Amino acid sequence: MPPALAVHGLAKRYGSVQALKGVDLEVGEGELVGLLGPNGAGKSTLVKIAVGLVRPSGGRAEVAGARAGSRVARARLGYLAELFRFPGWYSADEVLVLHQKLSGSTGGAAERKRLLELVALADAADRRVDGMSKGMQQRLGVAQALVGDPRLLLLDEPTSALDPVGRRTVRLLLERLRDQGVSVLLNSHLLSEIELVCDRVVILLAGEVVAAGSPAELSRPRGVELETDEGTRVIEGATREDAPRLVAEAVAAGRRVFGVNVLTSTLEETYLEAVGGESS
Amino acid sequence: MRSVGAIVAYGFREAVRRKVFAVVLLLTAAFLVLFWLANHFVFRELSSIQPPNDVHVDTRTFAGAFLIGLAMFATLFLGVVLAVFLTLGVVSGDAERGLLQPLVVRPVGRGTLLLSRFLGAALVTTVYVLAVWGIALAITDRTGHWLPASKVVPGLELAGGVMIVIALSLLGSVVLSSTANGIAVFMLFGAGLVAGLLGTIGHALNSHAIKHASTIAAWALPFEALYQDGLRVIAKDETGITGFLLQLGPFGGAYVHGWGIRVWAVAYLAIALAIALAAFRRRDL
Repeated sequence: MPPALAVHGLAKRYGSVQALKGVDLEVGEGELVGLLGPNGAGKSTLVKIAVGLVRPSGGRAEVAGARAGSRVARARLGYLAELFRFPGWYSADEVLVLHQKLSGSTGGAAERKRLLELVALADAADRRVDGMSKGMQQRLGVAQALVGDPRLLLLDEPTSALDPVGRRTVRLLLERLRDQGVSVLLNSHLLSEIELVCDRVVILLAGEVVAAGSPAELSRPRGVELETDEGTRVIEGATREDAPRLVAEAVAAGRRVFGVNVLTSTLEETYLEAVGGESS
Repeated sequence: MRSVGAIVAYGFREAVRRKVFAVVLLLTAAFLVLFWLANHFVFRELSSIQPPNDVHVDTRTFAGAFLIGLAMFATLFLGVVLAVFLTLGVVSGDAERGLLQPLVVRPVGRGTLLLSRFLGAALVTTVYVLAVWGIALAITDRTGHWLPASKVVPGLELAGGVMIVIALSLLGSVVLSSTANGIAVFMLFGAGLVAGLLGTIGHALNSHAIKHASTIAAWALPFEALYQDGLRVIAKDETGITGFLLQLGPFGGAYVHGWGIRVWAVAYLAIALAIALAAFRRRDL
């Protein structure tokens, strides 16, 4: 079975600006991949090419084996744009009805009810969009992206307008979707969120992939922190494997050991290292 | 068909919500009241018009054809206003506001989306134009007891002219911002009307250069040619001094007319839509 999203040598030029410079990326079946990078790194361009909003200048992108932008590819994906709006005069339920018709979904009222419950909007089915908060509209956007049970979900900053409870709702939803085998490409500036839910992380800088791997792979050992009766000290360069020996040495030296902590870099530190301090 | 219906309904609700219909209906009501007043006073005072004894003018026909020509102009203008405000922001405007992207990524596709918006606007404006045209005819018939020889063809030509404007407006919405597109379409409309009047002047003065320029404009902007052909049709049976005087007026009728321009208008519409579709398919959103 082809991957949910396969991108090979993808390039995009806007006039004199090279937004993407030969990006390779794959999102496997049921995989949740986070896309990170500073503003202008090419993240949104990559997502827009995948959903067919933008034409690539070079390379190729495929959704479940179909050329990105083709009718077949569009039928297999759900998308939430970074800057989107629904007509203010539609109710939440009507927005979903419209997208059911456009996507050919036969889920009917049951699907709409299920999706609104998923994003905690079950009580707002009849509320008009222009009467909703930004966070509610964003959750409705996530529900809209899920119409028709897509195989691949592409979310561009889906939690930017959400409060902590809303973020948690979306995070739990993403984990649930992954468990159901839905593949997700999540474009977000919220590193902690990416670290919490993503199986893999891809960091883009100036149109190129500068780092990729699981959050664990991307984090690097930063030493071992030892807390003794002499105080706390960090043994730099030490790894998890060194911890028992370091404790044994301290005890042998007559020290009383209260705690030991293996230090690794956070995704934020890895990210900052990868993008060289570029503002995001 | 389910998705086409959904997009047509979407466009319709958008127009209702943005009060496009409310504004156009208000303007239409104002025009129809003024038109009724004009008919009422012109036909009431018809007997006071006394042409010289040796000039045989059918004053009722002259007044009726003139007023119906005015109605055709107003109907075309109001139809164009409706058409432009229904379509000027379909691509660029909706893309700037983030309304278009969620729709375009659906399997329905860009071609179906644009053609559905055309279909919706064409349906609404055709019903509107034919209704206003019919009411104008009824007013002139009731107040002046005069009707043109041909009633259906001018109405259909007006509707056809408005459809061409819709296609041009959709094409403009792909490549221009909403404001620039609105200005461009109204400028084209104005240019077409001026070219038509120039043609009338050119024929009155028998100026070959002006007639030639007007002919080129009629083929370049066939919505104007259809309107002019409609004017020609309403007075085509009038001969002698009455017909001559009508030809000299601002609603004198076409010098480029007949099936050639009608077939070209259909082809022009198809070409404008095809270019709009091709441009929309290539456009990054």
